[in-house]
Amino acid sequence: MEVTLIINGNRYSVSAEPDEMLLNTLRKLGFKSVKKGCDSTSCGVCNIHVDGKVVPSCAFLTVRADHREITTLEGLQERAKEIAAYVTAEGAEQCGYCSPGNLMTLMALFNENENPTMEEVKHFLAGNLCRCSGYEGQHRGIAKYLEVKKA
Amino acid sequence: MSVKKSIPKVDGMGLMLGKPAFTDDLAPADALVVKVIRSPHAHAEILSIDASRALEIPEIKCVLTYENVPDRIFSRAGQGYPEPSPYDARILEKTLRYMGDAVAIVAGTTENMVDVAISKIKVAYKILPAIIDFETALDSEVLVHAQGDSSSMFPIGHDPSRNLAAQYSMKIGDLEETLKSCDVVHQATYYTQAQAHSMTEPHAAVAYYDFQERLTIISSTQTPFHVRRILAKNLDVPLSTIRVIKPRIGGGYGGKQAIHGEFYVALVTQMTKQPAKLVYSRQEVFRSTYTRHQMRIDIKAGAMKDGTLKAIDVDILSNTGAYGEHALTVLMVAGSKTLPLYNHVEAVAFRGDVVYTNLTPGGAFRGYGAVQGNFALESMMDELAGKLAIDPVEFRRMNMIKEGETSKIFEVMGEGTEGTAMIIESCKLDECLDWTIKNLDWKNKYPRTVVDENRVRGVGFALAMQGSGIPYIDMASAIIKLNDDGFFNLLVGATDLGTGSDTILGQIAAETLGVPSDKVIVYSSDTDLTPFDTGAYASSTTYVSGHGVRIAAERMREAIIDKANRFFNVDNATFDGEKIIAGNETVSLAQFSTTLFYSEQQEQLVAHGSYVGTKSPPPYMVGACEVEVDKRTGRIKVIDYYAAVDCGTPINPNLVRIQVEGGLLQGIGMALYEEVKVTENGRLFNDSFLRYKVPTRMEVGPMHVEIVDSYEPSGPFGAKSVAEIGIDTPPAAIANAIYNATGVRIRTLPITSEHLWREMNK
Repeated sequence: MEVTLIINGNRYSVSAEPDEMLLNTLRKLGFKSVKKGCDSTSCGVCNIHVDGKVVPSCAFLTVRADHREITTLEGLQERAKEIAAYVTAEGAEQCGYCSPGNLMTLMALFNENENPTMEEVKHFLAGNLCRCSGYEGQHRGIAKYLEVKKA
Repeated sequence: MSVKKSIPKVDGMGLMLGKPAFTDDLAPADALVVKVIRSPHAHAEILSIDASRALEIPEIKCVLTYENVPDRIFSRAGQGYPEPSPYDARILEKTLRYMGDAVAIVAGTTENMVDVAISKIKVAYKILPAIIDFETALDSEVLVHAQGDSSSMFPIGHDPSRNLAAQYSMKIGDLEETLKSCDVVHQATYYTQAQAHSMTEPHAAVAYYDFQERLTIISSTQTPFHVRRILAKNLDVPLSTIRVIKPRIGGGYGGKQAIHGEFYVALVTQMTKQPAKLVYSRQEVFRSTYTRHQMRIDIKAGAMKDGTLKAIDVDILSNTGAYGEHALTVLMVAGSKTLPLYNHVEAVAFRGDVVYTNLTPGGAFRGYGAVQGNFALESMMDELAGKLAIDPVEFRRMNMIKEGETSKIFEVMGEGTEGTAMIIESCKLDECLDWTIKNLDWKNKYPRTVVDENRVRGVGFALAMQGSGIPYIDMASAIIKLNDDGFFNLLVGATDLGTGSDTILGQIAAETLGVPSDKVIVYSSDTDLTPFDTGAYASSTTYVSGHGVRIAAERMREAIIDKANRFFNVDNATFDGEKIIAGNETVSLAQFSTTLFYSEQQEQLVAHGSYVGTKSPPPYMVGACEVEVDKRTGRIKVIDYYAAVDCGTPINPNLVRIQVEGGLLQGIGMALYEEVKVTENGRLFNDSFLRYKVPTRMEVGPMHVEIVDSYEPSGPFGAKSVAEIGIDTPPAAIANAIYNATGVRIRTLPITSEHLWREMNK
């Protein structure tokens, strides 16, 4: 099926299988920040934004995204870098495989709520698994980022 | 200057920003999609495979079965050579030994057509009786390896006619007599479960011929050099024709030590001459890679009324599943990296059988037996202290190992072979215990505090030790070259799987050279470009690879000074990390190195270092926690976790802390939530993240980590390992805390709320 995708502000005309998920389409187009993790919407590493809302791309049909605004981490590098620096300062990205999904989820939260509490952050990120870090370091980094931003 | 500094990971920002860095990110766009047909039966024989209809599909480029792949028997364990794991596996085979075993490999140009092709391949199976319960495996009529052609490279007690993958036993002192002389003897049986690694990146492998017709493998592996060796040997091609590249790895924890998809993509590329890639589905990661070895651990321990521990007897039954990967060594580590904690005993015995079953194989997993052994031993120490009516903290203080002491076990038990005698030169267990007990407020909280009529809190703790590499076996090496403008390339075989080893090895090089760490550019794990390293396992990288880097950097310093002496014709040149001073001449390294490249007395300065450990100094830890139990539901909540670690010098304190925190949470997961569950037919039914309960950030309570001041004289800049030890304490510490809260002793992991509720309401 022919589909028009607006990815990070650019138009792409792609031919997609009826059952193709955005995860596969985006990776084929070269958006490698979108990772494959669990195939069941339960780990968060494939999270992207569709019309500004965070969605797991492993369960979002490409045809459903026709003419919709898709944002991947490739399109939010500067914003992401600002937040990421606080996590790398803690060493808490570790293998880094879950990081792009974490950042996309976090930035979707900031779109809705500029100054969330850490409880709100944890709730929003609850579906983003990390097996390396134990989460605490990530939370220390995010808390510092929020503090600095507030000041 | 560079060591003991929390610099960010050198690859951290790139990874966080999602730059292409992982195996699948780097696959050629035209790579064939490779998928594996998996056995639907726990034990079966393939009667026939008909792939003719699949091969009629133009998009399908090849189908591999046991009939057209090399018939070699080997071990996929990914260990050094000779391997301590039995040779009992083939690339593809007629006999299928667990649900998920590989039946056939299909490669095609699109994923959809590969799926269609798989549906058109007809396989006829003869279903065989299977062993699912590991306690019935030994001497069962059903044999997992009935063919009898498996073997071991040296004696490991391998006996497939008894379903024995490996067996081990040792005894120090007169156990029976010593037990008889004890005032109190306590005996108990503990069970630890199969746990799934659950790294977020599924296993992936890519193969292609480069422009020189060399077979290049990109793989999410912890052991690129072992992959090259095992691949070449069993594909019957010279090692020189294979290059293995380890890119960034999305977590491993031991699960990527072994060979997984590498053979399949290599064979597809050999057969089709086209690039090929295989990315496991999450279900395949659960079903068809590895789990932690499930164990039954019987312990008998005896002590005197005054609290003197005199004897420990451990007997283990370990479940290695369908193949014996890491069978012997994981078993041995359950003793060799727990029992030396109590080195004052007069007698100690350790034995175990590792049995085959028709289940997903056991494999390397952080803790590597030590976490299983620790759960049993540290639960037992609390139980025994209870019998003696001695505070468990005091009981540990009286009996635990101290700096300057040794344990006979170091000499007797190694990993698969005899061990190496060593004196413990750094052991701050006493300080670790002081810190955790004080911060947990043991004095006021032990054994329990009542929150309200329904909720009660208890405190518990456990000691732990691990190792730092395998002495006389693990070898690591490094090459450093000086570039113009005065910066260095550090090439290491060591395999960073997210731990930050590239970063800390760069710090060690920079410290030794006396230069800022950003002057050292690290490149790792490429069998064509970097020197050898056994790989990222056995907590070896900081200690063993760190020494390799240190030696290379020392030689580079010497080479710079030597060159400066010759260049300026002096004999007293010095290098302070920035400038070279030779007689009256002062020149920056940047300028000097540029001269050496382009202008005068041209020469490339290169230095190398390699290292094999002569001992394996254990890091130590005390982990202590407070848990809350809701008596109505059995709900268990870890309120606080305190962990003090002695890992020698922390090369990068932030990365040490994260290693510990990550290990703790995997240990908490093992203690409370995680279990690979199988049906009576051997089907793994929690084979997704929906059903397999990896702790989320909502489960984690505050973790307080203290890195105690310690220096290991044999380590690089005083460092020991820290990779594994974090996982060891939670199972026992939590079980002990639950006992102290409720009076109910749980000896089977995981301690789920339901499990606890049933025990409380018996």
